[in-house]
Amino acid sequence: MGPGMVPIEHVLVLAGLLFVIGLFGLMLRRNIIFMLMALEVMLNSAALAFVAAGARWGQPDGQVIFMFILAIAAAEVSVGLGLVLQMRRQLRSLDMNDAIRLRG
Amino acid sequence: MTLTLFLFYLSAAIALGSTALALTRANAAHALIFLIVSLLAIAVLFFFLGAPFAAALEIVIYAGAIMVLFVFVVMMLNLSEGSREQERAMLDFSQWWLPGLLTAILLAELVYVLTAIDSESTVRAVMPKEVGLSLFGPYVLGVELASMLLLAGLVGAYHLGHHFLRRNRGRSE
Amino acid sequence: METLLTAVPLLPLASAALLLLYGRNLPKPLVTGLGVGSVGLAALAVLSLVMQWQEAAGPVTVVLWQWLSVGSFSVDLALRLDQLSLIWLCTITGIGFLIHLYSSEYMDSDDNYSRYFAYLNLFVASMLLLVLGDSLLLLFLGWEGVGLCSYLLIGFWYRDAANGAAARKAFIVTRAGDAAMALGLFLLVAQFNTLNIQDIVEAASVAWSAGDTLPTLACGLIFAGAVGKSAQLPLQTWLPDAMAGPTPVSALIHAATMVTAGIYLVARLSGLFLLAPDVLLVIAVIGVATALMAACAALAQHDIKRILAYSTISQLGYMFLALGIQAWDAGVFHMMTHAFFKALLFLAAGAVIECLHHEQDIRNMGGLRNRLPVPFWSVLIGSAALAALPLTAGFASKDLILLRVWEVDGMGAWLWTVAAIAALITALYSFKLVFVVFFGDIQTEPSHQPGWRMSVPLALLCALSILGGWIVLPLSEVLPLQAEDPAHGAIAIVSAAIPIVGVALAYLIFQTRQLDVSAVTESGGGRWTAQYWLEGWGMDRLYDAVLVQPYARLAQWWRGEPMDRVVAVVTGAAEFIHHQLSTTQSGRLGRYVAVLSAGLILLLTLMLLRAFA
Repeated sequence: MGPGMVPIEHVLVLAGLLFVIGLFGLMLRRNIIFMLMALEVMLNSAALAFVAAGARWGQPDGQVIFMFILAIAAAEVSVGLGLVLQMRRQLRSLDMNDAIRLRG
Repeated sequence: MTLTLFLFYLSAAIALGSTALALTRANAAHALIFLIVSLLAIAVLFFFLGAPFAAALEIVIYAGAIMVLFVFVVMMLNLSEGSREQERAMLDFSQWWLPGLLTAILLAELVYVLTAIDSESTVRAVMPKEVGLSLFGPYVLGVELASMLLLAGLVGAYHLGHHFLRRNRGRSE
Repeated sequence: METLLTAVPLLPLASAALLLLYGRNLPKPLVTGLGVGSVGLAALAVLSLVMQWQEAAGPVTVVLWQWLSVGSFSVDLALRLDQLSLIWLCTITGIGFLIHLYSSEYMDSDDNYSRYFAYLNLFVASMLLLVLGDSLLLLFLGWEGVGLCSYLLIGFWYRDAANGAAARKAFIVTRAGDAAMALGLFLLVAQFNTLNIQDIVEAASVAWSAGDTLPTLACGLIFAGAVGKSAQLPLQTWLPDAMAGPTPVSALIHAATMVTAGIYLVARLSGLFLLAPDVLLVIAVIGVATALMAACAALAQHDIKRILAYSTISQLGYMFLALGIQAWDAGVFHMMTHAFFKALLFLAAGAVIECLHHEQDIRNMGGLRNRLPVPFWSVLIGSAALAALPLTAGFASKDLILLRVWEVDGMGAWLWTVAAIAALITALYSFKLVFVVFFGDIQTEPSHQPGWRMSVPLALLCALSILGGWIVLPLSEVLPLQAEDPAHGAIAIVSAAIPIVGVALAYLIFQTRQLDVSAVTESGGGRWTAQYWLEGWGMDRLYDAVLVQPYARLAQWWRGEPMDRVVAVVTGAAEFIHHQLSTTQSGRLGRYVAVLSAGLILLLTLMLLRAFA
């Protein structure tokens, strides 16, 4: 299997589509777990774009950035899920519309 | 060649479809399964892009570690059938038009920009050795920062979660 | 001699500083020693200066240091002693010492004994600076210093709100004059770029000719300051109220020294005032008008101190009259003799008041001639001098003024007539005081006799009030004087006879009651006039209606903070925007994300549009 002929712009369009789906989900959902999942999708789409760009130029930098994104995603998910537990404990709900203490 | 392209578009379609399904489920466990499928499809795409190392990491860490974390939390929250009904009620698609409009505009602009680049697609495979040399060469500072971030994430997660853990432990004893 | 001169103002100043800082903790004899001793030492230093003066040739100037220097304009802190300031020096320290000595007994039982002496010493120091200042700026410093001390001492018994009001009134009314005076000083600085008195007088005599607009303006403004300080029309209203202070203060500040600062200022700048004949005429007219009005007001008063206060205003009017007709020496001479007999009268009145349990209304006094012999003789001699009976100091100076007035061309006869009427009334009210308080039936029994610290100053001042007329003032070098002595003709006899007639009238009306004036005083017009004069010609009511009430209304309006309403628009707008913006902070994450992505889209659109363009 030769990787030479994959059309890069299509990969990038795919990444864009995934990003937009993630954004749409983020705006649509009210459950914090699904919002975190949407965030994962968005991060992942960005990672895809980086890897595609790295492949286009034949440089390792794209994959390096992918690994950084991975680290960020891992840290974010661990803290985010910790917050989910806290929210469940304090608000007895996972609805983000209940977590509106920041209202001015 | 055509098989490669076919497989590429197939996995792209799987990724898109499973992602869309994942974010519209009412059941968190189902959503997670679809998300894992999506991640696996993207891993396949990484293979086609000549990045086997990234593909492996996508499977091992993303699909393996991070998604499992999600699964654990969903299990810990013990989401019952009632909560699934509640979740279905929360899935209010009547409010879709504003996010839909925004994302449609964004997509149109992204597509416009991305299709404007040259379509010369000479993808060159980048082997793990190169990635490793680059990681611990010019990007070593970034690696250190990433490790700090992960440590901070660890501490933060423990701090946020230990009330929950202690309460549950107290209940089990 | 320079050291001695510097020590004169420094001694009371140092004592004032010590008393202000540590006075509370010092034992009372030490406070007395400091307060009285410092002025006594200053008086001794002045005496020594007078002794040495015979040998000294011309004025002595001591430049202590450069006070300020701005560009080409600089002012030295310099003391200058000439015959004119020497006369004031003698008066201030001499009478000041006697009054300090008197105060040590008069204020003996007061709780704020050390504060009293601190203020009094500060006053003496300021007054000495005023008369010794070589520049108008130092003079102005002393001028304001005595104003401050006057304020502090009028309001000395500040627990009574009326005293505080009187103090504020004195301060504010004199401030009106001081503001004009400061403007005059600015004008002089702008014209001559100096404040040194000698330089200004010299430069003015070269640059200006008599009758020009600028010297008239400058002298008019400076004279306004003198009017305020010396309680002349129309700024005289503060002085009667200033009697709220302790009686020795009234004697020292509001009779003998501070109020004569205006006389000093005009005499000191006589070279300048000669260039403004119009202003001199105004000074003469204001002086004689004040003399007459205050004499009438004094006639109607019942409060012994207010009688003396109005008589002070009246006598100051005579001094200004003398200055206005360029009889400088007569004005200064009258200042000195007036200081003697008015200090005597006030101190004697203080002794009477103190011995009568702080009774001040003369209607409640009477028959004290044998009960209080020392105050009786003091008041008798003081009143004789005030009425200008022959052989007293007051006669020597006031007669000189009247004779000089008569000689003035044109206005002379008119001014003399008014001044003579005022002199008649002066004799009338001063001996009304004597007859009512010391003769007739006893009304209030005195509790005790004045002690030696009160009696000795009274005796010394009695002597001065009689003998002071023979002092010859060596003023020919410092003041532009006419050389010849006034002719002694028929007018001299008339002038001398006027006070005798006044005393005779007073004797007939108030003592033997052979001359019944009740037909006049009890009639409607007479009552109204008496009431009108009692209120000091209604000036207080006039000022209250014209100045105080409108200002109070303005302040009342301003108190409603009209400016705040303007400011409130700004705060209201800020608050409105705050409420509007805070509604965007819904706390709903979904909306935040939507806004974020809208911003992202906006940025991306802009970038694309730029790429197109």
